[in-house]
Amino acid sequence: MPKRQRDLQGVGLAWLNRFAGSKTLERLKLDKPAEQALYQASRTGFKVAGMAGRPFKVVKDLLSPARLDEARRYELFDLSLTDDQTMLVESVRRFAQELIRPASADAETHMEVSEAVWKGGFELGLALMAVPEILGGAATQRSPLNTALTAEALAWGDMGQAVALLAPVGVASALTAWGNSAQQMQYLASFASDNPPDAALALLEPQALFDPARPACRGAKQEAGGWRVSGEKSLVPLGYFADLLLVGVDLEGLGPRLVIVQGNAPGLKTEREPAMGLRAASLSRVKLDELVIEETAILGDAAAYSHAIALSRLAWCAVAVGTAAAVLDYVIPYVNDRQAFGEPVSHRQGVAFTVANMGIELDAMRLMLWRAAARAEQGQSFQREAMLAQRYCASKAMQIGSDGVQMLGGHGFIKEHPAERWYRDLRAVGLMDGGIML
Amino acid sequence: MISPEEPKKFKLLVHQAQQVAAEIFRPNSRKYDRAEHEYPKELDFLSALMDGMNAGGSRGAGAAGLSRSVPSTQGTVNGANMSTVLGLIELCWGDVGLALSLPRQGLGNSAIAAVANEEQKKRLAGCWAAMAITEPGCGSDSAAIRTTARREGDEYVLNGEKIFVTAGQRCDQVVVWASLDLRKGRAAIKSFVVAKDNPGLKVLRLEHKLGIRSSDTATLLLENCRVPAEALLGSPKIDTKQGFGGAMQTFDNTRPVVAAMGVGVARAALERARDLLEDAGMALDYAADRWRIPAAVATYYELESEWEAARLLTLRAAWMADNGQPNSLQASMAKAKAGRMATQVTLQCAELCGALGYSEDELLEKWARDAKILDIFEGTQQIQLLIVARRLLGKSSAELK
Repeated sequence: MPKRQRDLQGVGLAWLNRFAGSKTLERLKLDKPAEQALYQASRTGFKVAGMAGRPFKVVKDLLSPARLDEARRYELFDLSLTDDQTMLVESVRRFAQELIRPASADAETHMEVSEAVWKGGFELGLALMAVPEILGGAATQRSPLNTALTAEALAWGDMGQAVALLAPVGVASALTAWGNSAQQMQYLASFASDNPPDAALALLEPQALFDPARPACRGAKQEAGGWRVSGEKSLVPLGYFADLLLVGVDLEGLGPRLVIVQGNAPGLKTEREPAMGLRAASLSRVKLDELVIEETAILGDAAAYSHAIALSRLAWCAVAVGTAAAVLDYVIPYVNDRQAFGEPVSHRQGVAFTVANMGIELDAMRLMLWRAAARAEQGQSFQREAMLAQRYCASKAMQIGSDGVQMLGGHGFIKEHPAERWYRDLRAVGLMDGGIML
Repeated sequence: MISPEEPKKFKLLVHQAQQVAAEIFRPNSRKYDRAEHEYPKELDFLSALMDGMNAGGSRGAGAAGLSRSVPSTQGTVNGANMSTVLGLIELCWGDVGLALSLPRQGLGNSAIAAVANEEQKKRLAGCWAAMAITEPGCGSDSAAIRTTARREGDEYVLNGEKIFVTAGQRCDQVVVWASLDLRKGRAAIKSFVVAKDNPGLKVLRLEHKLGIRSSDTATLLLENCRVPAEALLGSPKIDTKQGFGGAMQTFDNTRPVVAAMGVGVARAALERARDLLEDAGMALDYAADRWRIPAAVATYYELESEWEAARLLTLRAAWMADNGQPNSLQASMAKAKAGRMATQVTLQCAELCGALGYSEDELLEKWARDAKILDIFEGTQQIQLLIVARRLLGKSSAELK
């Protein structure tokens, strides 16, 4: 089978060490003045309103699905990053610092990620992370850990933009892990193309106490084969202009499954769904009205569905860790500079102990995430670890978000500082399902 | 390679510790909780086992093996700090007080391991050393100690009163913190190894306590207590720049160990509470809908996640020590987290189990009493937070008081 030639831009994240990100980032820097102009030509600008979606052509011949190897079981307790991971984190962190963070307020106002940031993410090779080499991607091994490290570093820049950038990565991961060869041929290779699709995982529904294991979005079996699906999905990143969605649906006779829905499918309606935070992620309501699902559109089995839920929650843990780290990094110099009663406020235990607890819980969150992700990576059970990590991150990240505002006092409450945005963004961690996944 | 799992190579050791905890500690747990100050003679034959663990030097487990290693060039190391922490989690699952009463595993042994010179280490090998820091007038503020050490010829003469000395009755050596010169503050504080049978050293009394009653907590009086000059650990020079260094390094090594004790006792409570909750008809299912699980189960999961967090922070601190990484910050993080976690988890497990949690029929109430000390000794919660805050904020102890 002929191996597709990758162009230089398309080389993946961990493989970035070959050119150490320098060229890419220099280019990003040069592009900076053009950022404002590019905003006019933003994502949605390219798309005819209401006509999201695009054709997916079969570009590869695969006799069997391209799967990634699982990492080997490791016998020692270890918390060191590999050299590749160190490079990866450094590159993504630089991207986050130089491009994402400065764009945060604008992206929030426009409720979408600027074309410059999309471009930066593309050049970093984000879309290639989860696509196997045989399909033009850069992945050789399934690595929830690498995705977690990437997610953390991106979210340190801005959580909303990170969610937008990560949403297609999650879909590619799902297609790689569970797609059959036909599905991979049709969809997966496009993630490694010059124009990767806007895609997201749609699990959450607009109802209190929603349980993703029991979606209200249902498919009624048709005599002629296939299902007619109706229901609503909520807070889907990139939803209203997505080319591709993986939707959680309870299929009659089968149970809950992920199904592949193209952005231009008849019966699919999308609209903006602005929320408390994560506005840069273009959160959307997705409505399915008698949408026809063929058997060929079902992605994976019941186990894949529950894995997707757990891996999605871990992705939210990862962006929570990155955002909480951003809060702490911002608060420390602030409380050291801010004077009250003739000395820095950090000289008071009420402030200092709050900072100490933010640091302790941040580290604990990260370790819990790492353990669950490492177990997933090594093919061990991780349901328990993911659940514990999710509960822990949900509560501690929100506490850190709240403390972040508190440590700045009134200044934390106004938009001059990012603390209030982090507060709003971090509220999502405890309630999100889907959107992104490791 | 990120892999935060218990290393395979210590499986046997962990299993042995678990056997000791289950077969020796647990059956005697209530007995010595009631018979406070009685010597738990069942532990004597255990010494042999622990000595065996220590015999392997740096590869062994136990108090004497704790020290920060030289960084390895060949990948990650899981060594004595890790094995000690893992072993102690198991032992304290059995009983914290009895684990503290294990012969030759005193805090003083860790201090000797951390700061003694080779001659001293040789001379003191195999001893059971307690640690005497706290005084009636000072606790966390160890720089304020009033016990003095006056040089007279080839000897030091020690005078003062020490309280809260764990194993102060049962040990055969005591590491005593005393000042060479009260005017020179913390730099003048040195530690001295005093033989228990020194005529100048008296056990004044044993305390009656909230928990860990099987562990003796002594008040010691030093009256013109003469020790040879070689009893001083570390350098006799008063270096105002170096200050507390040596003494404090002991704590970097032992704080993860105390954190491990919290992880152990909390696991005991979680496991028993789980059994009792299941008896009461509660099923634990990690895949269950997070919002529709019963309140008791939700509480249980919250406690379990706190436990897991403290456990990982503890293992990280030990792992760093094994790999020669400075871990003062992470050791204090682990101690702060595990100390409060152990108290919270054991107290809430007692509450979840109702009358069974409170009655002496079960050990849950005892664990809730035992756990509290873990948030106090080896540096209180508040001291740990101060250390963490100073490190994160880049503040000195003069700035952030």
